Formats: sequence, structure tokens, C-alpha cells
Amino acid sequence: MNNIFVYCEVTEERSIADVSLELLSKGRKLADDLKVKLEAVVIGHKVVKPEALLYPFGVDVIHYADDEKLFPYTTLPHTAVIIDLFKKERPEIVLFGATSIGRDLAPRVASALRCGLTADCTSLEIGDHFENKTQTEYKNLLYQIRPAFGGNIIATIINPETRPQMATVREGVMKKEVYSVKYKGKLNKIDAKSILKDDDFAVTIIERHLEKSRIDIKNSQVIIAGGYGVGSKENFQLLFDLAEILGAQVGASRAAVDAGFVEHERQVGQTGVTVRPKLYIACGISGAVQHRAGMDQSAQIISINTDIHAPINNIADYTITGSVADVIPKMIKYYKKNSK
Amino acid sequence: MRFRIIVLAKQVPDTRNVGKDAMKADGTVNRAALPAIFNPEDLHALEQALSIKDKIPYAEVILLTMGPTRAAEIIREAMYRGADQGFLITDRKFAGSDTLATSYALSLAVKKLAPYHLVISGRQAIDGDTAQVGPQTAEKLGIPQITYAEEILSLDAKKIIVKRRLERGVEVVNSTLPALITVNNSAPHCRQRIGKRLMKYKHARTVTELQNETKDYTELYNERPYLLIEEWSAEDLKAETESLGLSGSPTKVKKIENVVFQHKESKVLSNSDKDIEKLMQTLISSHIIG
Repeated sequence: MNNIFVYCEVTEERSIADVSLELLSKGRKLADDLKVKLEAVVIGHKVVKPEALLYPFGVDVIHYADDEKLFPYTTLPHTAVIIDLFKKERPEIVLFGATSIGRDLAPRVASALRCGLTADCTSLEIGDHFENKTQTEYKNLLYQIRPAFGGNIIATIINPETRPQMATVREGVMKKEVYSVKYKGKLNKIDAKSILKDDDFAVTIIERHLEKSRIDIKNSQVIIAGGYGVGSKENFQLLFDLAEILGAQVGASRAAVDAGFVEHERQVGQTGVTVRPKLYIACGISGAVQHRAGMDQSAQIISINTDIHAPINNIADYTITGSVADVIPKMIKYYKKNSK
Repeated sequence: MRFRIIVLAKQVPDTRNVGKDAMKADGTVNRAALPAIFNPEDLHALEQALSIKDKIPYAEVILLTMGPTRAAEIIREAMYRGADQGFLITDRKFAGSDTLATSYALSLAVKKLAPYHLVISGRQAIDGDTAQVGPQTAEKLGIPQITYAEEILSLDAKKIIVKRRLERGVEVVNSTLPALITVNNSAPHCRQRIGKRLMKYKHARTVTELQNETKDYTELYNERPYLLIEEWSAEDLKAETESLGLSGSPTKVKKIENVVFQHKESKVLSNSDKDIEKLMQTLISSHIIG
């Protein structure tokens, strides 16, 4: 069987993005399961010590294309380098971060190679498949598991016939783990100039500026919202801590915004944003009608409140009687303990 | 020469409105309760195309969609809002297409509409959220792609300047034409229907729809041939059968599990470690978090 490849995204600081290191960690485990090698693809310019950074994640080979025209990222040159490499190396599995780069690049590559690609996987496993129609048994396929249909179903996708089997994964889904600090692989330098053509530079960057990301609670699948009952700006930090590990956003009631605990952009309700997440955790929110109008379509609602008679408890699936300062640290602790 | 803009759009089930009533008692999705809508980001794409037409009088906007007969609804919707024409790619042979097979069919249809200058679609469709069909169609057409577009800053016959909204900021790029652009939901919303256009196009039908009409449209269509929405089959596109539908799709669905959302009486938990650990385990195992 051929090897597992991870596209390593180069950051603004010319290091490797966390999501890529997470994928290398997952890729190493899959490689051990399949008894194959793990290979990293780095495309950029003057990347800071790729060997020292990547080998400890169990990388056997780094394919490195270093050329000034390859940084910052543009679609066509990176696609050209990858296609050239994959036609020679024929990977079994390729993983990309589901970032604005990975989600731009991976489908273009998949189309050129005519292989399957699954976006935003939340879990990757190795397993077999028996195709009833053709009575064919497939061994050691990549199970690409992802939510679909607006998060209402979980699908397991496979690519029985085509290679590579490709998937993108969001940041924070896999765990970043050093494999062995002493691990050593080898470096394969790619001569980008021999691959790139003038046509690959049809798109040029005129201007870039980095900003803090705008608050966007509307599109979040999980929202941790706080009300006046959270008590202080300091206590709100607990909500941000929980939100970070769950990949969630922090929302708030009008009373919490008026009290100056958080920004107005986070306000949920009639005069704020209307949200429909999969999970809404209401912390110290009594549940005035105006607030409920903005969140009562949430699929699951958990209410954390010291008052067992708070109106929000009437629409909650779970009611936890207790203070935010007591309950949230426990939720963080038991999420970490029980998640992969 | 006309400046031809092709908008790729999809009719999707409205997965955003999966409230408690849209789930059956067994926790499966009640598809019948979900309305079929114009994919929201494709409406943002249509707006980009129409705003080019506002500025360039010789621009034309063509809506291209693939789906069952019913998908003609979004072609009419686009016509009411300002599109000049629409084509429906429809054939049982396309059933079961993944993003690769879909982009193959779409790219053949776009080629049939050559010469074109710009292809615009939404970044992703809400029923799959893959964001793959745009880039894959661009690759099959052999043209550059500009994903995550928020605003077209300038345009002439040979080049386009686009502002992209990325995770950590903004990027302005220049591309040669023809090119394919996928539009974010941070771009402006689409204009509403225009009364005059609604009157003009309300009888627009595909051949299949006309066959199911009780009324005789022959005379009306002789007078107003622009009302006919053309349907393209696999044969019309000269598509290779093995690249279509299930056989042209490298990805297969092995298993589907429903995420069970049941609205029950509120469960009252204490703040004990035991209760909270049990809750977190339930949320993780039902894929609500983690």
C-alpha cells in the first residue's frame, strides 16, 4: 500500500498551521494502522525550519517546494506542484485542513486527479467494505465521517475504487500530538520552476490585509450564551473557555450586553441576532420572551441557572441547577475527559 | 459581443429550518416538511451577476441548474429578479452524482454556452456544505477560480478584480477572464422580484412542465419563444455515461445515521460531577459536540 500525505499550510509567520500539525498527528496514527509512511507536503517560501518542526510528528518524508512565487498561497501554482507530485508518488490518502486555503485547493486537486474528496470530516477511521452489488471486498479503506444535511445526519463516506482518498478536516477536530522528539525523516526538495507555467499565474494578489475575525455567532452550530446572572466580565471568560474547546461561539442576552459584560455583536434575541444552532447553552439567562424569540428554534437547549423557576427552563431540554462559576469548569473537565 | 455571465445555482431542501417540527418522532429528518429553496449563497451569486448587468448594458445573465423538473422553479425565480435566460440540466442518469460527477455535468453545460466571460456560483450549498463544486467546475473548464468572493471591484473584457473575505482577513486579487467566482454570504443580498418581470416570465416552463399543463400554451409560446426553458439531457451534453451519476462518483455513502433531536420534558440535573459528566457523554455520543 502507498503512503499517507498531509498538505501543510504555511502561515503568515511562515511556520506550519496548527491544523496541519493536527492532521499529521492523525495521519501518523492512520499510517501506523496501515503500516505505511507519513509524508508532508510544504509549498511556500523561506518556511521557518520545516524539518525541525515536522519530523517530531512522525513525518518520514517532507516534500518541500521553496520558491518566492509560492508565497502567499494562490490556487493554481500550488495545484500544479501537488498534481505533479501526486502523479509520481500516488498517495493512498491525502489530508488537507478545512481552511480557506484547503477548501480552495483540495477540490481543484481532486477534480484534476478524478478522485473522491470529503469536506469537513469530524472523524477518520480505517475499515473494510463489502460491496453487495459486485460481491467485492475492499480492505483498509478510509472512513470519512461528517455531519451533513445541516447537521441533521452523520454520514460515513468511502472511496472504494479511486486513489488518493482525500478529506478536509477543520482546525481543532484532531488532537495535536508529538510522536517522538527524536523522529527523523528525509527531505525531498521539489524544483518548482520546472513545474510552473505562465498560465499558473493567471490570478495575482494585489493587496492583502489581515484583520481580527468578525464575530459571527449566526453560523455557529454551538452557542454558549450568558445573561445578567453570569455576574461579571470575569465570569464571562468561563463561557469563552468552554466555547473555545467546543469550537463554539459566545452569545449574550440584552441584559448582559447592557451591563457591559460583552460586545453588542453577540446579542441574541429580538433586537440582536436570531440563531438556530444544534446546541444552545444558556448560562444565567432568565429567558425573557425577547431573548427566547432569538433562540427557541435551537435543536437542543441546556439551561444553567440557580433559579429552578427561570422561564427559560420551560423550553430547555436539560436544566442544571447551579451557578455558572461552578458548572462550566465541570463541563470543560468532563468534555476533555470524554472526547477523543 | 455580449458579455456572458453564467450563474450556477442549486435548489436545496431548507436545512436551516429544521426545527423541532421538522424531525419525526423517531428522530429522522421529515424531508416533506422542508421547503425546497434557492440555495442562499447562490442568490448572493445571482446578485453579483445582476449588478454587473446594471453597469454593463451588453451583459447577459444565464442561470444554469442541475436537478429534477421541479428545479425549474429557481430558474423562474432568477428570471423574476433579472436573469435573461435559464437552462435545466436534467436526466435520471445524473442521479446519485457526487461533487465530481456534478462538476463534470455542469462544465459540459457551461462549455455548450461558450463563449462566456464569467461563471459565478455561491460558495457552498446548505444541504452539503462542501464548497467543492465551484473549484471542481473551474478545473474541468481549465479556467482560474476565485473562491470566497465578497465584492467585484472592477471588471473589463479581459480581467476582473475581486475582494475575497478569508478567515483572517481580506485579499484583493486580479484574474484573467474567463474565470469562475464563488461568492460568500458576506456579499450583498439579492434584490427582490421585480413586478414587471414576474408578469413577463410567470408562464416560463420547461418542455416537461408544459406536457403536464392542462392549459394549451402553444399559441403563447409561438408569440413569446423566450418563455421556453430548455432542458439538457446527458445526451444533449454529449456526456460519457461512466462519468455521470453513481458510476462517475468516486465517493460512496457507506452509512447514514440520524442525529436524534427529541424534544422531551426538560431533564433536571444537579450540579454534581456525576450529572455533568453524564450530560457531556450524551452530547458527545450523539455528535452534538465533539
